[in-house]
Amino acid sequence: MTAALVSAETRTMDLLRFATAGSVDDGKSTLIGRLLYDTKSLFTDQLAAVEAVSAARGDEYTNLALLTDGLRAEREQGITIDVAYRYFATPRRKFIIADTPGHIQYTRNMVTGASTADLALILVDARKGLVEQSRRHAFLCSLLRVPHLVLCVNKMDLVDWSSEVFERIADEFTAFAAKLEAPDLSVIPISALHGDNIVSRSEHMPWYEGPSLLHHLEHVHIASDRNLVDVRFPVQYVIRPQSTTVTDYRGYAGQVASGVMKPGDEVMVLPSGFTSRIAAIETADGPVEQAFPPMSVTVRLTDEIDISRGDMICRPNNAPAVAQDIEAMVCWMDETRPLRAGNKYAIKHTTRAARAIVRTLHYRLDVNSLHRDEAATELGLNEIGRVRLRTTVPLLADEYRRNRTTGGFIIIDETTNRTVGAGMIVEAG
Amino acid sequence: MTQPAAYRVSHLDALEAESIFIFREVVAEFERPVLLFSGGKDSIVMLRLAEKSFAPARIPFPVMHVDTGHNFPEVMAYRDRRVAELGLQLVVASVPEALESGLVTEPADGVRNRIQTPVLLDAVEKYRFDALFGGARRDEEKARAKERVFSFRDEFGQWDPKNQRPELWALYNGRHHPGESIRVFPLSNWTELDVWHYIARERLTLPSIYYAHEREVVERDGMLYAVNEFIRPRAGETPFVARVRYRTVGDASCTAAVRSEADTVEKVIEEVAATRITERGATRGDDRFSEAAMEDRKREGYF
Ligand SMILES: Nc1nc2c(ncn2[C@@H]2O[C@H](COP(=O)(O)OP(=O)(O)OP(=O)(O)O)[C@@H](O)[C@H]2O)c(=O)[nH]1
Ligand SMILES: [Mg+2]
Repeated sequence: MTAALVSAETRTMDLLRFATAGSVDDGKSTLIGRLLYDTKSLFTDQLAAVEAVSAARGDEYTNLALLTDGLRAEREQGITIDVAYRYFATPRRKFIIADTPGHIQYTRNMVTGASTADLALILVDARKGLVEQSRRHAFLCSLLRVPHLVLCVNKMDLVDWSSEVFERIADEFTAFAAKLEAPDLSVIPISALHGDNIVSRSEHMPWYEGPSLLHHLEHVHIASDRNLVDVRFPVQYVIRPQSTTVTDYRGYAGQVASGVMKPGDEVMVLPSGFTSRIAAIETADGPVEQAFPPMSVTVRLTDEIDISRGDMICRPNNAPAVAQDIEAMVCWMDETRPLRAGNKYAIKHTTRAARAIVRTLHYRLDVNSLHRDEAATELGLNEIGRVRLRTTVPLLADEYRRNRTTGGFIIIDETTNRTVGAGMIVEAG
Repeated sequence: MTQPAAYRVSHLDALEAESIFIFREVVAEFERPVLLFSGGKDSIVMLRLAEKSFAPARIPFPVMHVDTGHNFPEVMAYRDRRVAELGLQLVVASVPEALESGLVTEPADGVRNRIQTPVLLDAVEKYRFDALFGGARRDEEKARAKERVFSFRDEFGQWDPKNQRPELWALYNGRHHPGESIRVFPLSNWTELDVWHYIARERLTLPSIYYAHEREVVERDGMLYAVNEFIRPRAGETPFVARVRYRTVGDASCTAAVRSEADTVEKVIEEVAATRITERGATRGDDRFSEAAMEDRKREGYF
């Protein structure tokens, strides 16, 4: 690591979270291994351990995928089962990587990794082109509104570095992505195994004029991905010290979901609808002049109003819907019991807990053709569909496309307590 | 849409905000949380974040130390001082007591890492803790790299890495049945370097053994072990004095020191940024048994 990482500057670098996606064996873990290796982010003992395992298994070359495939079962089967999180930094940025599994059985783990990503790398094997799982993952990334997508056409070494093969896959994907309203798409031909176009430009593909993958990751513009317009502050916890030195203190603790809050601002509290003003915004390090995502702060108001966890602070002229009827896209993640109309679940939305009944399953989506099957009566494991829910208490909700925090919810099975679905609000009314 | 620089958030601030969010979620949703406090650097950072999460109120949960009986005196003194400063309740889950009561038996090699687990689980049951904050980071080890922020444990304290709950956005699912619990890792996304930058920024005091000092050591399996009441020189080993510091603080019978000249936080940051070996690789005898040592211990309920 360079001296640049030591300086005070390091503490003010920004953070990019990215996830891998794509079908099984398309080279996601190898790519992450290569990226870590070529940026000198690996430690000698990690590399030695991986070399030893590779050699013992009789691999012809060191299998860099072993750097993220850390579970015993993953190594036995040679596939990724669950997300591995890895970290590296360059002088420009700090990165959090979620290396996700391509196998369809573990789609929910891919969704876990992609849900918090600013950017997704969708890998495709140049020999095979787009397969159903590439489309499923691309679709999930768009459903989850990952703001930036990069299609990596991998294993270019196995197709003679052919620009025709690359163009064909890039065109096919671009056409599919257009239907998904993918926000920002780039396309890069790579060889994860040999390191082509990963950290520096490849000599094998002079016809490619774009940046290397690392260059793209370092420069992609993410600052404006945050919503700084709609003030949304879900109250997490009320701080009321039981102390003789601090008396009559009442602060509403939470993380700013979106918008910019300032002392003096007029605010409205939902679901009650009462209005007040921000008296102060505090942190343990003292008061701040403004709060914006992703800051965790404590808000104090000028009036004593009844506020508890699950309430939301917003602006009188810009508020989320207060709704018990929710239209949402749902990605189902439970293998034991499918989602059906009439089923009841627990849900968690921002800091609010509720129960919900599935009123209607409108359709199930075919991820290949994006065809809507309106005759469907259930959603099974890894299936995606549109539902209408009725909740026991109102949700303070925005459309997911406008707000990833106030538009997303999870569905929990009340008997097993497992997280069984991910919901993205389309309309709250 | 361009943004004024005023809306920038540094990565360290983003990590801090995420950790504070996690602390508050747990306190809002669980009945009996507890924070695992060893006096090591990660638990010290964790405690600072807990303090910040609830200020100006006190930290609303007790801390627990799983005491193997193999301690560095500097660390024990630090633990007691910090607990007193913050007015916290300290629960000690004692391995020596568990050896006496017969809950566990001393392993042949004297390394008490593995027998910590039943002692920890016993205390969890006794105090009915339902959420346990741990300072583990995903960058430490390949099995930890796989773990959720909210990690579900069954009634035997076991982790099932092949069947973890999906974890979407920051919507953590802490629901569990009586007897089950959730391990919570607020430092999941921090690296060793982040931890040191934070120690510098917050001006946190650490036990002195984290900084370079002279110590009598022996070299064993390529690592430097302090000669003390738990580690005696074996045949063929000659003790010598070296300038060392500890990168991690675990059980004193199996935690090694590293050669170092770093006697200030700034120098440690430089050293950590330049190092080519992981902190566990450099210091933990217990991880060397097999490729999957950590995964196996975690399955049994280890942190
Ligand atoms: N020739 C060649 N082989 C590659 C390349 N990238 C990956 N591979 C090989 O493809 C195989 C699968 O790679 P992985 O990285 O494990 O694939 P993955 O996408 O992570 O698979 P899952 O995580 O299980 O979905 C391995 O044998 C790799 O060595 C490449 O660029 N060229
Ligand atoms: Mg993989």
